Amino acid sequence: MSEFVNFYLFPALTIGSIYALGAVGISMIFGILRFAHFAHGDLMTLGTYGILAAAALLPVNPLLLVPFAMALTIFAALFVDRFFYRPLRDLPTIYTVISSFGIALVFRSIVQLIWGSENQVLVAGVRPPLVLFDTFRVSILHLQAILTTAVIAVLLHYFLTATRTGRSMRAVADDPELAEVSGLDTAKVVRWTWIIGAALAAIAGAFAALNTSAHPNLGWNLLLPMFAAAILGGIGKPMGAMAGGFIIGMAEELSSYHWIGDGALISPSYKTAVAFVIMIGLLIFRPQGLFKGRLL
Amino acid sequence: MELTGLFFYVVSLLILGGIYALLCLALNIQWGMGGLFNAGIAGFYGVGAYTSAILTTAASGRHLGGFSMPVPIGLVGAAIVAGVAGWAVARICVRLKSDYLAMASIGIAEILRLVFVNESWLTNGSLGVSRIPRPFADLTSGRMGDVVFLGFVWLVVLLVFLASSRLYDSPWGRSLRAIRDNEASASAVGKNVEKFRIQTFVIGCAVMGIAGGLSAHYFRFLSPTATDPLLVTFLVWVMLMAGGSGNNKGAIVGALSIWTIWSVTEIFTNRLPPEWATRSSFIRMLLVGLLLQVVLQRFRAGLIPEKSPPVKFRKE
Repeated sequence: MSEFVNFYLFPALTIGSIYALGAVGISMIFGILRFAHFAHGDLMTLGTYGILAAAALLPVNPLLLVPFAMALTIFAALFVDRFFYRPLRDLPTIYTVISSFGIALVFRSIVQLIWGSENQVLVAGVRPPLVLFDTFRVSILHLQAILTTAVIAVLLHYFLTATRTGRSMRAVADDPELAEVSGLDTAKVVRWTWIIGAALAAIAGAFAALNTSAHPNLGWNLLLPMFAAAILGGIGKPMGAMAGGFIIGMAEELSSYHWIGDGALISPSYKTAVAFVIMIGLLIFRPQGLFKGRLL
Repeated sequence: MELTGLFFYVVSLLILGGIYALLCLALNIQWGMGGLFNAGIAGFYGVGAYTSAILTTAASGRHLGGFSMPVPIGLVGAAIVAGVAGWAVARICVRLKSDYLAMASIGIAEILRLVFVNESWLTNGSLGVSRIPRPFADLTSGRMGDVVFLGFVWLVVLLVFLASSRLYDSPWGRSLRAIRDNEASASAVGKNVEKFRIQTFVIGCAVMGIAGGLSAHYFRFLSPTATDPLLVTFLVWVMLMAGGSGNNKGAIVGALSIWTIWSVTEIFTNRLPPEWATRSSFIRMLLVGLLLQVVLQRFRAGLIPEKSPPVKFRKE
């Protein structure tokens, strides 16, 4: 039991939090701007390296430097939207998808150009885990990630239900034409979509890098599970994407637990394939996701 | 010496250019004619490469093999296996709309990559398959072998080009473009949209498999790094967009021009000081990413835009 909790449950929840934070942005961009943003993973990578750059100047706990990363990703997202996505907005969305592929590459090569392509650690050394009730050993990082995500979920829920901007965002995601004729400021909604998506991507990037190490493919490798999470939660449903992130993270990690017999249920080297299989299955059988998202 | 060096440089450039031209023609069938967004080119390319490599190598004990078949049979096998893989994917994914098809096909390519890395009994894992034979290897020796291989690659390109031009002009190609441009009206006149799409996807994947097989025979060595999505999938998309999607000539011109830019810039960046030379491939990636943005915004039709063939009426 304690082995399950220590080695499977908490790491699974941590991966789930990372996916959840990334998937919120993907889901909102898909819901409001109507395209699959393939550069979202690399936006996360950019955030991670923003922390690395800041850490070189200010040697404090990397989590305190997340605001720098958020500023960097928000600037990058707004810049890219203004100069690369917006000119294509009147065309079929597939052109924006192709463009976002190129932007993913641009982000990644900028990271590699400035910081090189080696693995870099944000925090050197091993931190002792917290011991709870004498049986459960939980790494502090995992607790930080899970608690941060929980707080963000609450804040996001408040933002989407109680503020004017948040409500307009949901309106645009649900029915863009109706939102437009009701006089909602679409440009503002788009801007806020990028700001929130990019900020959460930076946080996700920070936790992903702390959980393993920072490398230029960090975000790209997380992209497909995050898409899976966004689809599972229903496109345009940020809270659904959060739930989807946790479900995908759990499914990935727990698939290698020895549920039956002694061996792992699925070999850990195929762990990432679990998310892809779930995603492909969803696309075929339930593309609207668990929570009745938009079907584009 | 300088001249022969240059000659063989051009030969190697054209060989890889030819392989990219095949990938571009394949993508043109899927995207240019059929409007199917395949973002998993690297997966089908890898399937073809491994199939041909396993069929043609001698027994080695490190991976499945020992069939020692002639290269053309290996390539036919590559086309069949990649086509069957494409069929399986198309059966389940082809109904998906463009963005979703992109995600599903990337997912499948990544799963295939995991298989190439992890199933060592089949592929020798990350150590790769070595001593893959070349076609007509006994005709020549040394570097002249490259010239023979160049002819072989471009012969395949020519055949695929003729076939796909024929497909484009045929009633089949017309129906396909009708489906691409307006699915509802095409299905209203009785075209079986799903069937056409599956056929398109399979044909494209089979050609991608051949391209993969040719690259394995060219390098004589194959490891999972050959299925890098950046160098295969992404570059091919840029080539097709730049060359002109929907036009077979455009696909070849796009492949050759982007590949020439890609390789020639390597010569210049290699002369940079060492600390920059190691990063030169990132500069090139950055420029290709930006080039795609320019193409998308300014030259969406590409170098040679699509031109529908005139409709010929039979004389009464």
